[in-house]
Amino acid sequence: MAVNEAIKLRNNRLAQYYGMFTIGLIVFSLIMGGLELVAGMPKAWIGWTFLMLTMGMYAFIGIMSRTKILDEYYVAGRNVPAIFNGMATGADWMSAASFISMAGTLYALGYDALAYIMGWTGGYVLLALLFAPYIRKFGQYTIPDFVGTRYGGRWPRLVAAISAIIVSLTYVTAQVVGVGIIMSRFIGVPYEWGVVIGLSGVLVCSFLGGMKAVTWTQVAQYIILIIAYMIPVTFLSLKLTGFPIPQFSYGYALQNITTLEKELKISSEAPARDGSGRMIQQGYVPAYNEGMSNAAAVTAINQINGYFGLNITPPKAQSVPDTSKPADEIQTDWRGTPWNFLALTFCLMVGTAGLPHILIRFYTVPSVRESRMSVGWALFFIFLLYFTAPAYAAFARWEILQNVVGKEISALPEWTKNWSNLGLITQRDYTTLEGKPIDKLPAWAAPQVKSGALVITDANGNGKIDLAGATFSETEVDGKKVGTFGELSGTAITKTSVDGILQFGELNIDPDTIVLSTPEIAGLPYTVAALIAAGGLAAALSTADGLLVVISSAIAHDFYYRILNPKASMNTRIWLGKTMLVVAAVIAALLALPRLALIAQMVAWAFSMAASSFFPVVLLGIFWKRCNGPGAIAGMVGGLSVTLFYMYNNYLDPSFNVLGITHLAAGIFGIPVNFLLCYIVSKLTAAPSQEVQDLVDHLRSPELDDELMTSIASGKQAAGAH
Amino acid sequence: MSDIENMSRQERINAYWKENNRLIAILLAIWFSVAYIPPLFVNQLNNIVIAGFPLGYYFGSQFSLVVFVILIFYYAYAMNKLDAKYHLKDRDK
Repeated sequence: MAVNEAIKLRNNRLAQYYGMFTIGLIVFSLIMGGLELVAGMPKAWIGWTFLMLTMGMYAFIGIMSRTKILDEYYVAGRNVPAIFNGMATGADWMSAASFISMAGTLYALGYDALAYIMGWTGGYVLLALLFAPYIRKFGQYTIPDFVGTRYGGRWPRLVAAISAIIVSLTYVTAQVVGVGIIMSRFIGVPYEWGVVIGLSGVLVCSFLGGMKAVTWTQVAQYIILIIAYMIPVTFLSLKLTGFPIPQFSYGYALQNITTLEKELKISSEAPARDGSGRMIQQGYVPAYNEGMSNAAAVTAINQINGYFGLNITPPKAQSVPDTSKPADEIQTDWRGTPWNFLALTFCLMVGTAGLPHILIRFYTVPSVRESRMSVGWALFFIFLLYFTAPAYAAFARWEILQNVVGKEISALPEWTKNWSNLGLITQRDYTTLEGKPIDKLPAWAAPQVKSGALVITDANGNGKIDLAGATFSETEVDGKKVGTFGELSGTAITKTSVDGILQFGELNIDPDTIVLSTPEIAGLPYTVAALIAAGGLAAALSTADGLLVVISSAIAHDFYYRILNPKASMNTRIWLGKTMLVVAAVIAALLALPRLALIAQMVAWAFSMAASSFFPVVLLGIFWKRCNGPGAIAGMVGGLSVTLFYMYNNYLDPSFNVLGITHLAAGIFGIPVNFLLCYIVSKLTAAPSQEVQDLVDHLRSPELDDELMTSIASGKQAAGAH
Repeated sequence: MSDIENMSRQERINAYWKENNRLIAILLAIWFSVAYIPPLFVNQLNNIVIAGFPLGYYFGSQFSLVVFVILIFYYAYAMNKLDAKYHLKDRDK
């Protein structure tokens, strides 16, 4: 009973601390808002104050939780209560991409992007039912620990450790890119400095206190990010619909979007190009209207060539269906079928359950019972954000269709100007080129000059494009219409492309814009934008923290301690862990500097990779006693190979596909291969030892006995221990 | 099941495991039908509009998420009861 009393007391104290922190954050935001509105505090000051205060807070928690105890360093002392572990998992999980870019993806793709919303939440059901309680019962330090102990020998552990490092390193690089972008946009420091400042914030915390400090910082970061995410959209909902709960009121926005899309003729309906007679509806709410293309691969390869001075030949631009061919020609067209959507949702779910930085969060709770509750809390806290993201997207889509598309460019709403200047909104009407120097064309126009679709004739020789008083005329050359408008001519010049009115097709919006511009659309002060920046930073830093712990423990614990030097002392292990943390952070920063488009792509692939390597092996390890080491290795290698093969081919050439499934969902082919190989090879080889089978029995019982598990894991199981 | 008292520890674990697997199978069936059945009929479902939300869109963006959260908390609740039933509580050495 005394123990229970002590736990209760500690939980109350934690709730008090974080409650005070939440109130403090709100009061501080109100004061800053007041200072801005009344005293006219400059924007840069507000940005810096938010940055300094939140980073200072993380450093403070890091210093307070500094530790030299191994269990605290790797698994936060295994005493994080379920609800706080849920918050920490939420922050660990929700990255810069979830916080800033996801609403933008929803804005652009409509229904089709709901695969991400369902996939990244539904995965927690698998985690709760199939993994979390057993991971907790196993009670070691890393995921390779589990694979190594269950399947015996060095090889399974080694394969698992290498996979964990590769997946986590690409993921952490993407977070560092996010940190740099947020810093440069809101504080105005150069991108490179943003990366350095952000990383030092991560390191102060994780270096001193490992998983313990990371956990308690993540709880604070969750509070910041969820408040920052909710405030702007609540006010926007109030402004647009008169109702302050955006999650319920955006149905109204969806109705307006549907009406406006009809008026603007965006929601056309046309038969599929494969002659099947299937109808494809364009628009926000209708499903499955995205074709496939390899545009991303072409861009990524060109960027790599440009940055590293390489000469890799990019693939020929291709799309399925091929829109350059006449419509009456029968072509492959998978639009209108649900297969890619279903496959993507499945891969994201299974991948979520297989990501090492999420799995290790269930080592940190006190008991099996708490681990089950903890997944529930984690999903609840994640749900709050994912439930809200579609509201952001719908309100932004409504606002843009209503007040931006089809309007005179000179009369666009104020908020669009700022974001156009930052290059996040692109208006591809040629009248916007007026006065631009010819040698510094915007990124959308430059390739057209290269391809010959746009010809610039500098008639007056001033080096600028002059369009004042120009009128449009059109002639036909070789059966093609060529337009002329002032100093511009070519096939790209048409009546609508130079009319000074922004058509839907002429508008390009960076996905980040949707969340970032909401405070301005809602007419809120800059303080709210600074709060959003602080929230985005919290999302990126908390995820980076969790990933760095995975990388450092895979090296220090699995490689060094378990494989190379099992006699290493506790001090050596902690010291090596800390060193690896810094090394991983520096490598991530170096990888982040070129800002390669390929990195974001690799993060999306990480889910398919985790799904087709870890998931089946961990699952069978718990639910099928007969599964053995050779089976696990065959499964992991086979599953991952099939996934990578499909990914590689479809990424470069979309005409290589099965049922129109894209490279993002390549795991759908690797998962069954992994299960099948694992089954066949296990059956053909000897059953695992009695010791391993006993271990599985131990995992299945919720009674906790950490010492016994540790002795089993280190292979020193005492006779008669069970 | 009154003879649980007379079972050996191994027998209790086996019976517990069977019930656990049955519960997992039921919950996963719900999980599967909520996530993967509505997308097959999304454009037909979208013709039904409730409070402004086309139903197909609503299933993907809200309904399925709420079900996921409930499933996990229900599993935690049901397993706590199962632990007690088979005397396999945490720290219950």
